[in-house]
Amino acid sequence: MTVQTKNPKKASILTRDKRRENLGRRWYKFSRNPMSIVGMTTVLLVVFLAIFAPVIAPHPEAAGKFVDFANASLSPCWRYPFGTDVIGRDIMSRIFFGFRFSLTMGMVVLILVVPPGVTLGLIAGYNQGTWIETVIMRITDIFLAVPPLVLALAIASVLTPNLFNSMIAVSLMWWPWYTRLVYGLASTLRNEFFVNSAEALGASSAHIIFREILPNCISPIFTKMSLDMGWVILIGSSLSFVGLGVQAPKPGLGTMVADGSQYLPDQWWISVFPALAIVVVVLGFNLLGDGLRDMFAAEEV
Amino acid sequence: MTVDNLKTEILTITKMKKYFTIGYRDIFKRRPITVKAVDGISFTVKEGETFGLVGESGSGKSTVAYTTVGMYRPTAGHISFRGQDLFEGKNGRSLSLKKEIQIVFQDPGSSLNPRRSVKQILELPLKIHRRDECRTEQIVRLLEMVELPPDYMYKYPQTLGGGEKQMIAIARALAADPSFVILDEPTSALDVSIQAKIINLLIRLQNEFHLSSLFITHDLSLMRNVASRVAIMYLGKICEVAQTAEFFRNPYHPYTRMLLSSIPVVSEDEEKLKPQKIISTGEIPSPVNVPSGCSFHLRCPRKMDICSQVDPVMIEAEKEHMVRCHLYEQGRQGNNGR
Amino acid sequence: MNSEFLLEINELCVNFDVYGGTLKVLDGVNFTVHRGEKVGLVGETGCGKTTTMKSILRILPMPPARITNGEIYFKGRDILEMPEEKLRQVRSEGVSMIFQDPTAALNPVFTVGQQLEAVVKYSVEGKSLSKKEIRERALIPLREVGLPDPERMLDTYPIQLSGGMRQRICIAMALVASRELLIADEPGTSLDVTIQDQVLRLLHHLVQEKDVSIIFITHTLGVVRETTDRVYVMYAGRMVEVAATKDLFANPLHPYTHGLMDAVPKLTGGGIADGIAGRIPDYLNPPTGCRFHPRCSHAMDICRKEKPAFYNKQGGVSDDHQVACFLYRDGEK
Repeated sequence: MTVQTKNPKKASILTRDKRRENLGRRWYKFSRNPMSIVGMTTVLLVVFLAIFAPVIAPHPEAAGKFVDFANASLSPCWRYPFGTDVIGRDIMSRIFFGFRFSLTMGMVVLILVVPPGVTLGLIAGYNQGTWIETVIMRITDIFLAVPPLVLALAIASVLTPNLFNSMIAVSLMWWPWYTRLVYGLASTLRNEFFVNSAEALGASSAHIIFREILPNCISPIFTKMSLDMGWVILIGSSLSFVGLGVQAPKPGLGTMVADGSQYLPDQWWISVFPALAIVVVVLGFNLLGDGLRDMFAAEEV
Repeated sequence: MTVDNLKTEILTITKMKKYFTIGYRDIFKRRPITVKAVDGISFTVKEGETFGLVGESGSGKSTVAYTTVGMYRPTAGHISFRGQDLFEGKNGRSLSLKKEIQIVFQDPGSSLNPRRSVKQILELPLKIHRRDECRTEQIVRLLEMVELPPDYMYKYPQTLGGGEKQMIAIARALAADPSFVILDEPTSALDVSIQAKIINLLIRLQNEFHLSSLFITHDLSLMRNVASRVAIMYLGKICEVAQTAEFFRNPYHPYTRMLLSSIPVVSEDEEKLKPQKIISTGEIPSPVNVPSGCSFHLRCPRKMDICSQVDPVMIEAEKEHMVRCHLYEQGRQGNNGR
Repeated sequence: MNSEFLLEINELCVNFDVYGGTLKVLDGVNFTVHRGEKVGLVGETGCGKTTTMKSILRILPMPPARITNGEIYFKGRDILEMPEEKLRQVRSEGVSMIFQDPTAALNPVFTVGQQLEAVVKYSVEGKSLSKKEIRERALIPLREVGLPDPERMLDTYPIQLSGGMRQRICIAMALVASRELLIADEPGTSLDVTIQDQVLRLLHHLVQEKDVSIIFITHTLGVVRETTDRVYVMYAGRMVEVAATKDLFANPLHPYTHGLMDAVPKLTGGGIADGIAGRIPDYLNPPTGCRFHPRCSHAMDICRKEKPAFYNKQGGVSDDHQVACFLYRDGEK
């Protein structure tokens, strides 16, 4: 009895159709909550503004070294929708460029933090009950015990204050959250029958950790990453606010809030608009994260 | 019967015990609370045979399965496959030994990884154990073997029905080309018409690939149609072992009779086969608090004084029919109470 | 509406709106229960038994689900049109449900007593009772279900109890609430056979002593045979056969019922028949006409086109044996 090999083209069409169907179902779940759409739109808008800042911003020169005392401290008007600061730089343009710093910080921190954090969590969860788990989790516990902002401040003040170093600081205290999240998931999944089957078949630990357990953790990880973007941006802005992050004259959002704080309440727009920008970005990521969580929620019958 | 004796033994379990420590009675960790999941069992499976293991919850039957496949190490005793001890050495068994013994789990929902497609699930054993040949072809053949169409390869477990998931689990187990398959309640979660299909498929595959198997279920009617020999377990020990027809026609142990009399059947013919109704009173004791003497004495309608003090040993009441009960020991009245 | 029935369901149709379209799950369900009767509802996973029962209590989640047709009468009153207040009365005095998995049905963080008392408190008359009276009320069903030491039971947590006991607590909770109709969804499926035996005998005893009617939902034919007076067989959202239990097992008529009976492993040995070919239908695009026709070895042309009504097997064992199959349209085939 000869067996026809499945036509490979038809096979890939089937996979494509399946993927499309899965995507459709996921979108349906995501889109049922209007706030998720709001979140997603906000994030997309911020990303767009950040990427195209040089082209879209009405006064792109305001992001760099620029002075224009003639137009300093103007309250919001048609030409400068968010007003200008004390040296005449357009706040709105600076905010667009400021999004770049925020998003960069968020992405870089997550890229630095997620792979090692997740891997450690997977290893600890899979090797539950052994010394490996104990070592990893106790180290994690130590890092978690230190208040995050304090640790970030300590690190950032030892190193030269700039965006890069503040990213390092935040990364060093952020990874344990992922380890702990994934550890919890992995230690439960470890006892599922499909893991036992893989072991009975003779699969290697690496396969089990990365191919069997990890795919089941992806959803909570992505949700957390989205929510974390907001948090990291907030912390980054806080560091900038106290002078340890983005340094003036660069338009970091936190830096801008700090710069403008001395002019409150008269020239309120110098602080308030950057602060609102932070709120908008963080809120956007939070709503997006909630929506992702709904989307990945357990499949119903 | 003599033909049976000539068949070689493929799996031998000798005085196996598996205890779990689930906590301690005091904070200094001196007095552990132990679950005696399996408390000294011995049996042998011959080549080509389907050995049935039946029992209620807490009987330890699943623990026997999990230990045999390597998920646990026995606390005492030995399990050997074709003469080779499975738990020699500390590093676990070799890959070639692993492939020989495979398992199909009870719950199809959790035995397939929901994030892997059927293709990926079936590819794993092929990748580990067979290096040659085009894998897609092999997967198609595996699917055909369990009577599923080839395009099921691209499906994910959520879109499959319970029966189909079990068929994939069976295909996965057989993909490793084992000699011995353990089936732990493979159809308990399924509807009766799907169960029928899967059981018949299993029987066919077993004959086709000359497999030996350990079939575990609590459904005695199913066991009657599947196993060639049956052993019944209660609280970690085997109570009775016999050839299937003999087991059902002539049950000795009071627990066996109690179970058989409680099965709901669908026809008058079957009713006539059931032993006289024994109403079970009381709860099934937990394997943490095993009663002294014979573990069944609290529920036994034929309890004697000795039963609460001394644990009976397995004796051969009739040819190839073993039972572990004081009622049948030498010197007691030979009446086995029908 | 026929007033001699305790419960009457007429031509119930329920749809579910999901991604991809509408699942036409129930397609004209007819079902009756008399007082003091034990009625079985046999059907495999996905046939719609739980949906039907949830419709009686109106606990279906009403976005996705929609009742598009049909009536449900309990003691002569229209359940589907009832306002919320009256419905609560029905739920607290008339009909209650025992779910399949007793572990999942009991809240692990409350004691048995707290859960039983909650049921009493939220019943219509519960508002006027004192704390002591509520506790007294909660004890009654515990005694009725034969649990040892009921007073101490009130203070235990479900996790400390075995599966059989939990199931009995669920039955007790159902009895606290209502005294007329119990819907038992697979009682004992998750239990061992000896414990299941005990639970089923308890339910039998309740019917005798308390004049409670019970609907047994199950996919295990053996259980149905031993515990019910009358049986409905359900397939893909419709009832396909109904008869007195004795008659159904002595003489199954519908091809699906035949298939089910054949597929059950028998104590007499001899192997198992091959089950029923095919899968349960896709409710998004269910088969036209008789929903069983794609899997039926006796399918005729008309089966694809029209829905069969219930036919009596003339000259059969009893007039109450009805089957929804064109094979019996003109009496016994």
